[in-house]
Amino acid sequence: MRCKGWLQVWGTFILMAIPQKAYGMHIMEGFLPVRWCGFWTILVLPFLFLGYRSIKSLIAEKPSLKMMLALAGAFAFVLSALKIPSVTGSSSHMTGIALGAILLGPYVMSILGAIVLLFQALLLAHGGITTLGANVFSMAVAGPFVVYYIFRLSRALQLPVWLSVFMAAAIGDMITYIATSGQLALAFPLAQGGVLLSFYKFIGIFAVTQMPLAIIEGLLTVMAVNFILEYGDQDLNEISLVKRKDVFYDEGSREARI
Amino acid sequence: MKAPEKPGFRNIIIIAAIAALLVFSIFVSRGEDFEGTDGQAQKAIEELSPGYQPWFSSVWTPPGSEIESLLFALQAALGSGIIGYYFGYQRGRDKHREKEKKCYK
Repeated sequence: MRCKGWLQVWGTFILMAIPQKAYGMHIMEGFLPVRWCGFWTILVLPFLFLGYRSIKSLIAEKPSLKMMLALAGAFAFVLSALKIPSVTGSSSHMTGIALGAILLGPYVMSILGAIVLLFQALLLAHGGITTLGANVFSMAVAGPFVVYYIFRLSRALQLPVWLSVFMAAAIGDMITYIATSGQLALAFPLAQGGVLLSFYKFIGIFAVTQMPLAIIEGLLTVMAVNFILEYGDQDLNEISLVKRKDVFYDEGSREARI
Repeated sequence: MKAPEKPGFRNIIIIAAIAALLVFSIFVSRGEDFEGTDGQAQKAIEELSPGYQPWFSSVWTPPGSEIESLLFALQAALGSGIIGYYFGYQRGRDKHREKEKKCYK
């Protein structure tokens, strides 16, 4: 029976990996004025530093969580490689940052997200080196933090794990694109009407297209958490030492519930 | 006591929902070419500030869309390989532990 669940995961990933023409998201190389590139890069540096420290201490204290770290990175890697058609007739892609942010915390994802973005900028001409700071901010800082706090809040409100994961991942995905729209609007305000009108224009491009994708991202993240609760219980116990296990268990129950 | 529900069933529902959403998306926007949203954003930038010139271009661009597809597929394949390894490893470890427990009884 378990084997079957396995094939399902592989099946979906392979089905969805069928490549589609056209690009997805991220601010493209050279398409952000120099001063904004500098601004976002500087803003992102402390997060990357804290992310590096967070990963270092995680590996030092809990070496067995290295694999979960790899899983979080791989999940972001796969999801951001998949270009998904949307209801608007354009396509975009998911971020995949939610799983890692929920399991290991938002700082860790700043580094993992930056690695994904760097890979795409260097090898796929997708996003860019000059716009890396801005893209890291939207996908690897703003996204993970929103994911993390929505998840914690939903669990504190005693919503079921699956709903909390779904909401966190879906909203986190949308936030990434809202942040991107904001960044573009700040750099390219409308001559008449300013930043806000420009923001509406960009959000008009990204938001509607992204909505179904955000739902898919939420669903896939729930699926991944499902599998971890089923098979990765040992790792969840390890996370308890980072004081996060409580989040996955209902009070008074030793069994992980979703 | 109710037997705990296997995640398999829930995951089938999730996969079905995703497939339905994708089919629906493609269906309602027939005739469209599914251009990427960043390409559209680029056009919007050109509209908003007509004089804007990108001041830097990609260090390396995949020669042709086929190579680009290859690299995207490679990215997805690498990622899914690691995901597969993780769950396979966990499952194997769980099974091994169960066996050990039985031996000691």
